[in-house]
Amino acid sequence: MYRYDSYDQRIVDERVAQFRDQTRRYLAGELSEDEFRPLRLQNGLYIQRHAPMLRVAIPYGHLSSRQMRMLAHIARKYDRGYGHFSTRQNIQYNWPALEAVPDILADLASVEMHAIQTSGNCVRNITTDQFAGVAPDEVIDPRPLAEILRQWSTFHPEFALLPRKFKIAVSGSIQDRAVVQMHDIGLEFFRDEAGEVAARVWAGGGLGRTPILGTRIREHLHWQHLLTYCEAILRVYNRHGRRDNAYKARIKILLKALGAEEFSRQVEAEWEHLKGSPNTITRSEFDRVAAYFAPPAYRELPPHDAGFDAALASQPAFAAWVRRCVHAHRWPGYRAVTLSLKPGHRAPGDAADAQMDAVADLAETFSFGELRVSHEQNLILADVELGRLHALWTEARKHGLATPNVGLLTDIICCPGGDFCSLANAPSIPIAQAIQQTFDDLDYLHDIGELELNISGCMNACGHHHVGHIGILGVDKDGSEWYQVSIGGKQGSDASIGSVIGPSFAADEVPGVISRLIEVYIRERHADERFVDTVRRIGSGPFKEHVYQTRIDGEPARA
Amino acid sequence: MREASVPAVIVDGVIVADEWPVMPLPVLDEAVRRQAGKVVLFRLTGEQPYPAERLAMMEIPQGRVLVPLPVWKVHGGSLAGRVAAGEIGICIDTHELVEDLVGSVSDLNAFPVIAVRFERFADGRGYSIATLLRTRYGYRGQLRAVGDVLRDQLFLMRRCGFNAFAVRADRDLAAALQGLKDFSEPYQGAVDEPQPLWRRHPRAQA
Repeated sequence: MYRYDSYDQRIVDERVAQFRDQTRRYLAGELSEDEFRPLRLQNGLYIQRHAPMLRVAIPYGHLSSRQMRMLAHIARKYDRGYGHFSTRQNIQYNWPALEAVPDILADLASVEMHAIQTSGNCVRNITTDQFAGVAPDEVIDPRPLAEILRQWSTFHPEFALLPRKFKIAVSGSIQDRAVVQMHDIGLEFFRDEAGEVAARVWAGGGLGRTPILGTRIREHLHWQHLLTYCEAILRVYNRHGRRDNAYKARIKILLKALGAEEFSRQVEAEWEHLKGSPNTITRSEFDRVAAYFAPPAYRELPPHDAGFDAALASQPAFAAWVRRCVHAHRWPGYRAVTLSLKPGHRAPGDAADAQMDAVADLAETFSFGELRVSHEQNLILADVELGRLHALWTEARKHGLATPNVGLLTDIICCPGGDFCSLANAPSIPIAQAIQQTFDDLDYLHDIGELELNISGCMNACGHHHVGHIGILGVDKDGSEWYQVSIGGKQGSDASIGSVIGPSFAADEVPGVISRLIEVYIRERHADERFVDTVRRIGSGPFKEHVYQTRIDGEPARA
Repeated sequence: MREASVPAVIVDGVIVADEWPVMPLPVLDEAVRRQAGKVVLFRLTGEQPYPAERLAMMEIPQGRVLVPLPVWKVHGGSLAGRVAAGEIGICIDTHELVEDLVGSVSDLNAFPVIAVRFERFADGRGYSIATLLRTRYGYRGQLRAVGDVLRDQLFLMRRCGFNAFAVRADRDLAAALQGLKDFSEPYQGAVDEPQPLWRRHPRAQA
């Protein structure tokens, strides 16, 4: 993975000093609330319901075991012993004291980490495929260009105060796992006819109040032009994006208002001036950064392992875990492993400090001391030998990290919701937990098969509810909390946005609604058909009919 | 805190007396606009709030002065002598189009000073205006940030080509100077240093 040189280190150290002084001036009354807000936000610091919330950047989701131990240390020392891994592959702490944040940042800087641009109206953490570098269907490893984009976007002076937040995702595989179409800019790398790395450029995707998939604005962009082309897009957006209404300020609204053709024309016109300027990426800089992502020292292994095969045949619990949590790898004899952070008894994506330490140990023992965070809010060990999977499983189980539910209904993507977030209309974590408890029968869960259930506590859609096969959205109606359910959303190369099935439900009705949706699926599904495939084939009609046929559990009428 | 009678400004990293007042525009009796229940704080890019007849009635103050772009567009033709004398600068608001300024004059460098006025510091459009003036349109004179100009944005502003800062009058100018030193080696090329870090210095190898 990438490691800081003296320049990277100096930038984060200077950031710590800068933020320490800004915090001091704020506490001394020299900076007003309004003046401090964008400063703290661009350092990931929110003022939330109970305390500040600090979001720490995990660039494109990559962590070393040493960094993970520091995250555990911070959870212990400054928080209440846990952290929350977010849908942008970052980690959030819910209970730090404002005065302590400069010290937390200094601790982070000591392990080459920071909280720069994890919030605010600027370019946010760049995200990518959690299996980057190891996925069999990968064409281009997106990480070197993600790192080059990270450096370029860090304190970019022209784009520090955009109309609204700005998210970039990169992907280099056949199956898109970075949801590039859901981003302000999505870059899909491929190898062109000349054998060169190029990108298809998507722009104007996003969730939130107005969910919309991105538009492909360029079919072919040579990798050297990545930064200047992004500059052109951002300049058009910075100048012409709406600032009068926060709900209409994302680039997707500008793209829609101008029309894709006119938007692209303006970007291309801007790029004519920028093309070839010094931010054009050189081969030597690309090679320098790419060298940090060279494959680790893999062993030459046979494609099969007798011990693994025997354990698989004799231990159903291990076999269930392998089926859900172990993924193909491009190197023979290796596998990628997902450690589920969705055990059902705590908030999805939460990890205790001891678990973080344990994961760091596991990464060192089994996976070259590196790990990743997925946007599904789980942790990944990317390079595990086939013959050591059973030992890993045994260890992971001791720490509650081996729930065999990855990709299943209880692997819920969930925002922090109304329990923590001051934007939320309604809690989301208790809903996730109630659903997880309703579907705690593993056999039934495996029979239902792959199903993505995403929950957001408000229309800002941090829980990606629009692209859940089942999406749940907390809404506020006359001061009380209700939940809107949608079906048919999907992430990936054939992404779609779910459609709402009808009137909203009370919190305690939601598990019953999910049960009814599943009943229709079980009744109607063809062999090998996932829930979302059935929805796409038969439409939402039969689901609506069954859900709304009778009241659920005799609860009061729906809003 | 400074005395209102002795306005000062940072130019090229030094505090000097401010000799370029901005010509005041009349306060518009605009109705408070709301979007989604919130007061609208920013004008849309390209918006023209001043009626032409009001602009036509205005008188340009004597001596050195920064003329707001809408006033310049109406009165520019009669100011040629004063431009030649070097006593006219321009003040452009963040919602105004830099192309309108460029199109209204044969040589931008006839203005010793161009000011970009930030009604709110959080309005990043001024950064693109400055960048374009310095790069695409080749402006070499003093580029000044005026209005809601605060220490914590100075470093970014300088990188976008500003070299003068009329820091908000209620703030300590000397302290604000520190803001220009927040970072020593930025990553990306920008106006003040077009070369990105990797072209400026050899960097570590894996």
